[in-house]
Amino acid sequence: MNPNNYLLLAAILFTIGAYGVLVRRNAIIVFLSVELMLNAANLAFVAAARNTGTLDGLVAAFFVMVVAAAEVVVGLAIIVTIFRTRRSASIDEASLMKY
Amino acid sequence: MTGESLVFGVSGTFAIVGAVGMVISRKAVHSALWVAFAMINIAILYFSLEAPFLGTIQIIVYTGAIMMMFLFVLMMVGVDSSDSLIETIKGQRVLASLFGLIFGAMLVSAITSSLASPSAGLAAVSADSGGPIQAIARLIFREYVFAFEALSALLITAAVGAILLAHNERWAPRKTQDQMQRERTLGTHITPLPAPGVLASTNAVDTPALLPDGSISTTSLPGSFGLKGQVDGARSITEEGK
Amino acid sequence: MIAALIGLPLLGAVVLLLGGRRTNAWGHLLAVVMSASSFFIAAMLFMQMVGKPEEEREIGQFLFDWIAVGAFQIPFGFYLDQLAIVFVLLITGVGTLIHIYSIGYMAHDPNRRQFFGYLNLFIASMLLLVLADNYFLLYLGWESVGLASYLLISFYQQKPSAAAAGKKAFIVNRVGDVGLALAILLMFVTFGTLSFEGVAAGAGLAAPTTVTWIGLALLLAACGKSAQFPLQSWLLDAMEGPTPVSALIHAATMVTAGVYLIVRAHAIFDLSETARTAVVIVGAITLLLGAFIGTAKDDIKKGLAGSTMSQIGYMILAAGLGPVGYVFAIFHLLTHGMFKAGLFLGAGSVMHGMHDDVNMRHYGALRTMMKVTYATFALGFLAIIGVPPFAGFWSKDEIIHAAFGQNLFIGLATLLGAGVTAFYMTRMMAMTFFGEARWEQDVKPHESPAVMTIPMIVLALGSAFGGMAMLFIGDIEHWLEPVTGFAYPQNSVSKAVLIPITLAVILGGAGYAWLCYGRRPIPVDAPTNVSLLTKAARADAYGDAINESLFMRPGQYLTRSLTWFDAKAIDGFVGGIAAAVGGLSARSRRLQNGYVRSYALTMFGGATLIALILLLVRL
Repeated sequence: MNPNNYLLLAAILFTIGAYGVLVRRNAIIVFLSVELMLNAANLAFVAAARNTGTLDGLVAAFFVMVVAAAEVVVGLAIIVTIFRTRRSASIDEASLMKY
Repeated sequence: MTGESLVFGVSGTFAIVGAVGMVISRKAVHSALWVAFAMINIAILYFSLEAPFLGTIQIIVYTGAIMMMFLFVLMMVGVDSSDSLIETIKGQRVLASLFGLIFGAMLVSAITSSLASPSAGLAAVSADSGGPIQAIARLIFREYVFAFEALSALLITAAVGAILLAHNERWAPRKTQDQMQRERTLGTHITPLPAPGVLASTNAVDTPALLPDGSISTTSLPGSFGLKGQVDGARSITEEGK
Repeated sequence: MIAALIGLPLLGAVVLLLGGRRTNAWGHLLAVVMSASSFFIAAMLFMQMVGKPEEEREIGQFLFDWIAVGAFQIPFGFYLDQLAIVFVLLITGVGTLIHIYSIGYMAHDPNRRQFFGYLNLFIASMLLLVLADNYFLLYLGWESVGLASYLLISFYQQKPSAAAAGKKAFIVNRVGDVGLALAILLMFVTFGTLSFEGVAAGAGLAAPTTVTWIGLALLLAACGKSAQFPLQSWLLDAMEGPTPVSALIHAATMVTAGVYLIVRAHAIFDLSETARTAVVIVGAITLLLGAFIGTAKDDIKKGLAGSTMSQIGYMILAAGLGPVGYVFAIFHLLTHGMFKAGLFLGAGSVMHGMHDDVNMRHYGALRTMMKVTYATFALGFLAIIGVPPFAGFWSKDEIIHAAFGQNLFIGLATLLGAGVTAFYMTRMMAMTFFGEARWEQDVKPHESPAVMTIPMIVLALGSAFGGMAMLFIGDIEHWLEPVTGFAYPQNSVSKAVLIPITLAVILGGAGYAWLCYGRRPIPVDAPTNVSLLTKAARADAYGDAINESLFMRPGQYLTRSLTWFDAKAIDGFVGGIAAAVGGLSARSRRLQNGYVRSYALTMFGGATLIALILLLVRL
């Protein structure tokens, strides 16, 4: 099997995630899309690690997971705070900083 | 067809299905479940990519911990809060689709045009350390130890930050029973506040009490409902009354 | 001494103008005292000068360095010579008489103190003008008399016409002042100095063209100040001022400053035939134009104003004749100063008796009611038309004689002017003092008080005997010769022939006027079915109309188009850039719509673009 297939899958997942970030308004779904993009990147890391026969890609993927965990914690806290004040999880409603 | 390509074919397809499902679901909770599905399939792909450790923590940390946290938050903001899928920003969807297509096509063409070398495999490097887990541990605690320590600091900071952000500050001291009693007898409301659902079709929490003239008593509702305008039940009652 | 001459009236002006109401009670007396003491000082200086031999008569007084910037050195100094002293005597003498007269004339005016303050200011400014020892200081005096003239013309500020007349005089004078400024600048560039001696000494060495230009610029200045063609239009309107002002400033002294300037700068004009010719032509045109306007005016003061223009035209013409004419220009200036001041005071006295009515058609038969005024006015009348042996005869006849020496047409112009002068003055006499009474109701003509009649008598005596005295006792030709130079006119027409002809012309003019106005009744309302010429004369020979159509309208149009250009093109350009930037910003700020997704899209698009470029470059 062509090892590039994993990379192709990662590219497709990443693009779908990016599209999700751009078109969804619910902050939580936007976050989920970001997580999907991170997973796609991780998949690429792991696939590349196996292709080259080194373990550094695996370590990078591991670190990405940890950072993603931290990011999710803070991001969700922000969403909760916004929801508490604005009674809405739509990111379009948090658009006060404009012209 | 080898076992690997079979796994790739099935799990890869499922991952894409999960991703697409996430994007097109109207309800956030469905999206979360679709993502969890996609992540489990990615974990399977990790196993087939000779990375059992990552596959395991993908399931434990991502699918198990992070996704569950998403679900917790979803419970807080309303399980059935759903997006309308009508786009409100002009040109956003068109441009997003366009850029997405270009971006995807670019990546695909770049990857397919690169030379496919046979996979080196991880067996050799794992064998040096006596196993894949040991090999990763060796890397993390030797070459990447500083990054690892920095990550631990990041996690602590994130935890503190999350507490700080989500913590609800109490600005006024809690009322004592004595104070509440005084308010009840000396304040503007001599009688107790009207209970929710008075004169309404349902007894639900979001159905306000009606004042004698038929208008809505906003004081009978928890603060947040009044703000959201979720008082339709009462409106239908007043119209029926007329 | 010279400084005191100027200082006293200046002190008077300062005290009166800054002293406020406290000086109301005695202010006019202070002004008279200041003016009179100035006159006594002038008389003493004159006696001193007479006592000295001819070469030592010029005295200078250096006060301080006024402006000292590198090569530009202007001293604040005075210079008193035979030319200046006659001016000083005229200014202070006539000025003092008019101060005295004004006590009576302005007795009931609430602003009398202010009026006297301005009069003193004028005396000081005029003295500064004639006593300055360089052109720059002269310019200061020149502008100061302009200021005093402006203040006094618009003295009755409550009358819009007076305010407008003041502004008009000021603006028209500015045109002339530009000429003086240009002349001064040219002089400094050419000679490196502005003192009278320095300019006179350097004139011979400078390029003839430059000298001509300086002369023409000086002529422009003289035209402005002396109401000569084409800047004559302000003088008739200047009659809006109180009559003593008309007598002192707009007849006797200030308007003759142009003549003084030309005579003072004779070194320039001696060298430039072109400039002299221009001066003569301007003088000839003005003397005819002024006389022409004088024939049709029913307003006694405007009639006299036209006459003033005309007489100054004589002086300018004489000054343009060169050495044969300078002394006669000054001579006529002095005699004119006396008889015209006398005539104006007489007119003022008549107006005083007629409730400030200036329309001669409402006068008539006043000779019995105002005997003193009649007598003094008659003497002035005889003097101005040039009947021997009165003052005007001696000076005017010399000018006519010298003009014939220059050019036959110029001579004929002066002769014709003399005839027309006789005509309009006789008309004035006839309409005012003869015929039947055409007074308005409630008007009871009465003689003016002694404080007014005494100055009139003094001036009338001057009109009667001043000419003879100056010519025969003062020997004015040789008195002024060291300053201006003097040459007897080289003339084919001898005086013996010319004087009878002149007298005949004068008699003709006077006789015709008597036929028209003395023998026939005069309608109270001015007839309207008159000839075009009369209409033109009544309209000041269309001076205002010409100025309006030639300068004001195009000026307004130019200003409007410039404003339009400024508003549309320049402001449009500048504002357009600002508006373009503003509009662009207003549109581009819409990009900052606050939507995170929009920003993410931008980022994603950017990332796509960069990746695309990288990929294309690689491939």
